[in-house]
Amino acid sequence: MATTVAPPQHTSTLQWTKKDLLGLRELSTEEIQLVLQTAESFREISLRPIKKVPALRGKTVVNLFFEPSTRTRTSFELAAKRLSADIVNISTQASSLSKGETILDTVRNLEALKVDILVIRHAAAGVPHLVARQATSSVINAGDGAHEHPTQALLDLFTIREKKGRIDGLNVSIVGDIMHSRVARSNIWGLTKLGARVTVCGPPTLMPVAIEQCGVRVTYQLADAINDADVLMLLRIQHERQEASLIPSLREYRLRYGIDKERLAHAKPGLLVMHPGPVNRGVELDSSVADGPFSVILDQVTNGLAVRMAVLYLVSGTPKVDEEAA
Amino acid sequence: MSAPAVTYREKAKVMDAEAIRRAIARIAHEILERNKGTLGLALVGIRTRGALLAQRLAKEIQAIDQQPIHVGALDITLYRDDLSRIGPHPIVHATDVTFDVDGLSLVLVDDVLFTGRTIRAALNALNDLGRPNLIQLAVLIDRGHRELPIRADYVGKNIPTNSQERIEVRLNELDEKEEVVIEAPSYSERG
Repeated sequence: MATTVAPPQHTSTLQWTKKDLLGLRELSTEEIQLVLQTAESFREISLRPIKKVPALRGKTVVNLFFEPSTRTRTSFELAAKRLSADIVNISTQASSLSKGETILDTVRNLEALKVDILVIRHAAAGVPHLVARQATSSVINAGDGAHEHPTQALLDLFTIREKKGRIDGLNVSIVGDIMHSRVARSNIWGLTKLGARVTVCGPPTLMPVAIEQCGVRVTYQLADAINDADVLMLLRIQHERQEASLIPSLREYRLRYGIDKERLAHAKPGLLVMHPGPVNRGVELDSSVADGPFSVILDQVTNGLAVRMAVLYLVSGTPKVDEEAA
Repeated sequence: MSAPAVTYREKAKVMDAEAIRRAIARIAHEILERNKGTLGLALVGIRTRGALLAQRLAKEIQAIDQQPIHVGALDITLYRDDLSRIGPHPIVHATDVTFDVDGLSLVLVDDVLFTGRTIRAALNALNDLGRPNLIQLAVLIDRGHRELPIRADYVGKNIPTNSQERIEVRLNELDEKEEVVIEAPSYSERG
């Protein structure tokens, strides 16, 4: 097919060819950098008086959330809207899933309505992958169990790069409930691929076995994680996933692993404190730090929008199976 | 449909460095004459080479009029009319227009005017940034074959071409060469 607009003469060799975004584990370093570079270009759109571009006009995006979410769902919804896509929100409580329909049947029904992109969050690891294998539409993983949360890690990488100018060679410490955290897993993949030195820190009961095989350093001492860190990434203590009593109490957790001003007294100057939200103030993070000069928590939210616009743009550009045959 | 392998080879050099320099200098004078100075005037170049040409034009205009002038760069990828038909999607670069376009006289700058579809996309993109008083169009090369009712206000050089041919504008900043050449396709398979 002849394109009528002359293509740029110096196109980068980077091209996005994946139908889905399921995790950072399967992305190459170049693909991660392509998302970050694309997000860079999308950031400016949200600063305009008219925050909308026509790039995904006529595309339909479905937010299919089997777990509660405000931040991620809203971020995807605004991202789709700013690209002129149509978006439908489906949450478990209000859907036929509560009447016993299987996930794949729900997806088949949505595909019969000719949707283009499914954004899926589920409490079980692997659900987006299962759907992606069956669906012709693109699937974006918005968090599956304790497995991956790729757009969160991408926005974290974007924020670090924005503030520090690089990721390669930085010391990044991830503190908290590593075992239940999909944010930690996605970030470990992404950070190590881009050359950061990653330390994970938390109570031994919340540390998965053999995590060091992912190429990270493990410590149980908070001071050890703060010492040489350029970036301190905190995780939420997830009440909903604390089925067994893995920590004695929130008070005890705060005493050993909570971050307050005093704990950061000897931190490196220019330290970034990050949190994927929602923050349990006074548990993993004190207000003095959450609202303090090291915190980039709200920048993470702003950047999340640009990153999700970039991801929607990239996956919608890959030819679908049935179109290729035409 | 698999396209036959096609390579392009140089057919003619239509502008050299000196010709490009003179064309830009002339267009700078024409812009000033038509707009009666730089008051309320701004340049917006279309990425990639249009943005470079806009920078050069701005420098030229400032040298003549001794007044600073706003220059911006526009990426039109998200406004392309063939975006839903091409995959993988092309790389998006940032639009960099840091001034308020409301009420300004804008000169849109591009390297080659061909079908007019890029300019259509650029007009839509500008429309999303605000409401300029007027928009004029400056191009280094007009090669004909318009598919939309669009014309340029300032033209460096008109070059009649065959629609199969390619116009390559090479600028020092990007290509380490300064020239405009016509390239003709040659098909590796006999057709």
